[in-house]
Amino acid sequence: MQLSREELLRAYRQMKVIREFEERLHIDIQTGEIAGFTHLYCGQEAVAVGVCEHLSTEDKIVSTHRGHGHCLAKGCDVNGMMAEIWGSRDGLCKGKGGSMHIADVDKGMLGANGIVGAGAPIAVGAGIAAKIDAKGHVAIAFSGDGACNQGTTFEAMNMAVVTKAACIFVFENNHYSEHTGFEYAVGTQKDIASRAEAFGMKVWRGDGTDFFSVFETMREVLDYVRVPGNGPAAVEFDTERFFGHFEGDPQRYRGPGELDRIRETRDCIKKFRASVTGAGLLTDADIDAVDADVMEAIETAVAKAKAAPRPTPEDVLEDVYISY
Amino acid sequence: MARMMYREAVLSTIAEEMERDPNVVVLGEDVVGGNGTAGGPEAIGGIWSTSAGLYGKFGGDRVIDTPISESAIVGAAAGLALSGKRPVAELMFADFIGVSLDQIWNQIAKFRYMFGGKTKCPAVIRMAWGAGYNAAAQHSQAAHQILTGMPGLKVVMPSTPADVKGLLRTAIRDDDPVIFLEHKALYGVKGEVPDDKDFMIPFGHARLSRAGNDVTIVSTGLLLGFCEAVADKLAAEGIGCDVIDLRTTSPIDEEAILDSVEVTGRLVVVDEAPPRCSLANDICAMVAEKAFASLKAPPLGVNPPHTPVPFARELETAYLPSIPKIEAAVRKVLSYR
Repeated sequence: MQLSREELLRAYRQMKVIREFEERLHIDIQTGEIAGFTHLYCGQEAVAVGVCEHLSTEDKIVSTHRGHGHCLAKGCDVNGMMAEIWGSRDGLCKGKGGSMHIADVDKGMLGANGIVGAGAPIAVGAGIAAKIDAKGHVAIAFSGDGACNQGTTFEAMNMAVVTKAACIFVFENNHYSEHTGFEYAVGTQKDIASRAEAFGMKVWRGDGTDFFSVFETMREVLDYVRVPGNGPAAVEFDTERFFGHFEGDPQRYRGPGELDRIRETRDCIKKFRASVTGAGLLTDADIDAVDADVMEAIETAVAKAKAAPRPTPEDVLEDVYISY
Repeated sequence: MARMMYREAVLSTIAEEMERDPNVVVLGEDVVGGNGTAGGPEAIGGIWSTSAGLYGKFGGDRVIDTPISESAIVGAAAGLALSGKRPVAELMFADFIGVSLDQIWNQIAKFRYMFGGKTKCPAVIRMAWGAGYNAAAQHSQAAHQILTGMPGLKVVMPSTPADVKGLLRTAIRDDDPVIFLEHKALYGVKGEVPDDKDFMIPFGHARLSRAGNDVTIVSTGLLLGFCEAVADKLAAEGIGCDVIDLRTTSPIDEEAILDSVEVTGRLVVVDEAPPRCSLANDICAMVAEKAFASLKAPPLGVNPPHTPVPFARELETAYLPSIPKIEAAVRKVLSYR
C-alpha cells in the first residue's frame, strides 16, 4: 500500500530524529557531560519507526536498554528525552531514570529496561489487558538477539500463546548480544523467528534496515494480532548496530571495515532516501528540509537540557511511597 | 461480623473486589486449575482454595490460569498494572520469589520512582509463606526479610482473618505494588471478620493485641499467636506485655513500637526469618537509635537459627521460635540487671 507524501515525510523525520538525537549523544558523552551508561540504537531506526508508525497511544510497547529509538518512535517528547539523559529535573522521569529507564505510560511507552529480557513478560501483561478490553489494541515487546536467550523471553512467549495475549514479539537481530556474536550465542538454527514459531506463534521476517520492509511486514502482523482471539505473533528483523554495545565500547569484535561497510550499504536512512527519491515520491530538497529541521530540533533539545534546572538532594526522597 | 477462616477471608475479599471493580483480575498457577485436563476448569481453584469459584463467577478473561512461569506471572502482573488493570497475582509459595525476583525487585518495585513518579503500578503479589507444615527448605521460608528491604514495595503480613480482609482490600485498591504474605499455617484459623465491603485497614498501622507495661513484644504472622500465649501466661504472674502485631513490615509503624518501649523500656522482637539482616535486627536497631534513653535492657530478637528450614518434625520444631523460647527471651529482658 502506497504511503502518502505526509506519511513518508513523517516516517523519515522520525528516523532522522532518532539518528541525530543519538549522533549528538555520542559526541556529548565523549565530553563527559552526560553521566552513566548509554546504549545507542543508531542503525536500527527503521525497526522502531516501521513498527510504531502503525500504533496509537492505546497500543503499548515495552522496550530494552537500547531504548531511545523506541521511546522517540512511540511519541516521547524529544526535549523531555534529552533532558532525562542529561539528568535534568525537566527530564521525562525527572532525572531519576536516565537512558535505560525512560517511560511515558500516557503515550503507551511502558518503559525502557535495564535488564535484558525483562520486557517481554511485561508486554504479555499489557497484551492480556488488550485482549480483555477487546478493542483491537496490542502490546509490543521489543527484544534483541541477546534477550532471545533469556528464560524470561521463553516464559513470556509461552504465556502469551497460552493466554492468547494480543502481544507481538519484535526481535531486532543486530548480530551482537553485548560483545558476543549471534552466531555463537544463539545455539540452534541461527533463527530467532523459528524459536517463536516453536512456541506456537505465527511468525514473520523482514529486513530491519529497510523501512518499507518493516512497515509492510508489520501491517500484516498487526492485521493478524488485532483480530480478537488470534493471540500473539512474532517477527524478526535483521538489522545493524552502528555503535558499540555501550558508549565507550572499543568494539574489538568487529571485522575489518565492518562499520564502514554497514554504514555504506545497510543504513536505513540512506536507503529510505534513495528509495523515495528514486521512485519520485519525495525530492532531495524535501528530505534536506527535514534534515535541517531535525538538526535544529536536536540543537534546541540539547540547549534546553543544558539550561534546565538540576534535581536537588531533596528530590532523592520523592516519588516513592515511603523513604527514609 | 461473620466467622470465617483466614483462607476464606482471602477468597471472599478478592471476590468482593472483583465484583466492585471490573479492572481487578486474578492470575497464577492453578488459580483455576484443571485446565487442559479431563476434570476440566475449576478442578482445583488454587492450591490454598483462595480462588475457588472465581473462574465460574468472573470467567477466564479475569481469572487467568498461567503456566508454571513465575517471572512471566509477575511480569504479566506488571504489564496489566501499567495498562489500567488491578492484577492480583498468586506465586503459590513465597519461596518462588527466587524465580521471579527480577520482576519484583527491578521492575514493579521501581517503576514509580524510576519513571519520575508518574507511573502507578497497582499490582498485588500474593504468596504463602512460613514453616509449620514440614515442607522443608524450599517450601517453608519467610520472604519478608528480603522484600522489606526493597524500596517501593509495600509488604503486608496479616495474622488474623479480619486483618486479611482489611489489609487485602487496602492492597487491591492501592496504587503501589503490594506483596501480600499469607502464613500457610494460619489458612485454617477462624476469626470474626467485619461484613462491611469497604472495611479497610491502612498500611503502617500496627495492632495492639495485648496490653501491658513491662515488656514490648513485636511480631506478626504465625508467631504472633505464640507471643499472645506468652503474654497471657505472664499476665497471670502479674507481668504485663504489650504485644504489637505489625501487620505491615513496609511501611512499618515505628510510632507504635517507640510509644510502647517508652513505657516498658524492654523489647523482644519475634521474627520467623533467620537472624542476620532480619526484621528483628531492624527493629532492635531502630529502637536502639530512637529510644535508647527509654531502654532498661538490651533489645532482643527471637529468630530461627541461621540455617535453611529443616524437614523432620523434630528438626522443624527445634528450628522455629516456640512459646518457651519466646517466654525465655521475655524473662531475660525482664531480669536484665
